[in-house]
Amino acid sequence: MNPVLKLLLEGGRLTTAQMALVVGLSEVEVQQHLEQLKKDKIFLGWRPVLDLSREAAAGAAVRAVIEVKVTPERGGGFNRLAERLARFDEVESCYLMSGGYDLLVIVDGSSLQKVAGFVSEKLSTLEGILSTSTHFMLRSYKEGGFLVEQAEAQSSRLNVAP
Amino acid sequence: MSADPKRWVAGHVASLPKSGIRDFFELVAKMKGQDVISLGVGEPDFVTPWHIREAAIYALEKGKTYYTSNLGMIELRRAISTYVTEHFGVNYRPEDEVIITVGVSEAIDLALRALCNPGDKVMYHQPCYVSYHPSITLVHGEAVAVPTYAKDQFALTAEALRAAWVHGCKILMLNLPCNPTGGTCNLEQLTKIAEFCREKDLLVMSDEIYSELTFEGSHTSIASLPGMAERTIFLHGFSKAFAMTGWRIGYACGPAALIDAMMKVHQYTMLCASIIAQEAALEALQRGWDSVCKMRDQYHRRRDLVVRRFNEIGLKCHAPRGSFYAFPDVTSSGLTEKNFAVGLLEKEKVAVVPGIAFGVNGTGHVRACFATSYEQLITACDRIDRFVQGQAR
Repeated sequence: MNPVLKLLLEGGRLTTAQMALVVGLSEVEVQQHLEQLKKDKIFLGWRPVLDLSREAAAGAAVRAVIEVKVTPERGGGFNRLAERLARFDEVESCYLMSGGYDLLVIVDGSSLQKVAGFVSEKLSTLEGILSTSTHFMLRSYKEGGFLVEQAEAQSSRLNVAP
Repeated sequence: MSADPKRWVAGHVASLPKSGIRDFFELVAKMKGQDVISLGVGEPDFVTPWHIREAAIYALEKGKTYYTSNLGMIELRRAISTYVTEHFGVNYRPEDEVIITVGVSEAIDLALRALCNPGDKVMYHQPCYVSYHPSITLVHGEAVAVPTYAKDQFALTAEALRAAWVHGCKILMLNLPCNPTGGTCNLEQLTKIAEFCREKDLLVMSDEIYSELTFEGSHTSIASLPGMAERTIFLHGFSKAFAMTGWRIGYACGPAALIDAMMKVHQYTMLCASIIAQEAALEALQRGWDSVCKMRDQYHRRRDLVVRRFNEIGLKCHAPRGSFYAFPDVTSSGLTEKNFAVGLLEKEKVAVVPGIAFGVNGTGHVRACFATSYEQLITACDRIDRFVQGQAR
């Protein structure tokens, strides 16, 4: 496996210089690995993990999880509509699901009105959309692998131990 | 009365030397709040995986707060028996060939107390874990150190064993992979050791606590070699592989008569290991293997990082095949291991343990534990580099 991909999978936050030291490559080689992963569409990009309920980070404080039922198209299935939907900036993630609905869409917005407006004016009016069911997120307990409130207590491990 | 209360302390305890680790611990403790990076620990930096902690909480909620059988919960002994068969290729009956202990430390103490008569000679390889020699002394046994060497990557050799052997040796204590050296034996070396043990009728106490953290090739237990299970006490636990040091759960497997003798001591001294910790250990064996592999992969990359950096810096260091300890030779710095460790701590705020703390054969080396984050390891290595360059000038 690509050694840089291994480090990315661990979910750490190393700089490329640190990655180079860990895997024993030059920084240029690490960059090349990252470029290759991007070319292969495995590595899509970086983004910070923020607690959006904090006022300082409130740019996208409202999150809605939307169940969408659609009419699949002959020849294209769900893809054409899903890809169209995914291009909206408001859409944070978009998944094709098994079960009682077809697409799961996560939408972020700065206010309830903005998210509601996006759903009623854009999303539900797209051709092929049969119905939407919108759930607003009330509180986040874990975000992108990080615990929001109850981080581990500060370690009081011994500094030197047998 | 002004007489010294020390007069009450038993002679063999009074004469036990204080652990060299303890001295160093106090030195580091004095520097609290000074951005010290510690490579001096002997435990994983990971917290016990959540599913294991959650299982213990559930057990508490269900009111599991009572004693267990002296040998430990039968469900856990069954799980251990299966685990040892699958991972080490040795079969033990859960009913009478497995005992759960409070860490491997207790298992070592039990085995020595149950099997060593006063004056019996006990062989152990050195450098080694700090408790081996004192544990032997505490049961009035006579410790016989067998040196291991950097040139062999600190593997124990049958030749060294033969050279150190004296009449009256009864037990051989093994710790492979080894704390502090990371040394371990390949199948060929282990086979020769097993032959020697059969020839001299030695009983083997094999502490394999680091076995899951073997990076290259697979770990072989001496108990799995022909004719060895009957003369081996296999010692293992959860501390290292499952990041469960504070739970204090270990176990011993061996011939029923020997486990029964250990159980006698255990029932009168410890009664049983904590039931909460036993429940957690059961969960670890049932669903913890993925976590073990993930942690091992990380240790592997960290090992490659520190060993490469140490060698670049000019501190000769073999890549330990197992454990999470690097054991570099620091003599090229012109310092003794003790002055190196103290100087490094004072000047660059990095704590490592002087090799002498693990016996005279650790002279010239320090133990650096790489169970810490990449960022910390990178910074620590840079500081060590600066320290060594400073010595050269």
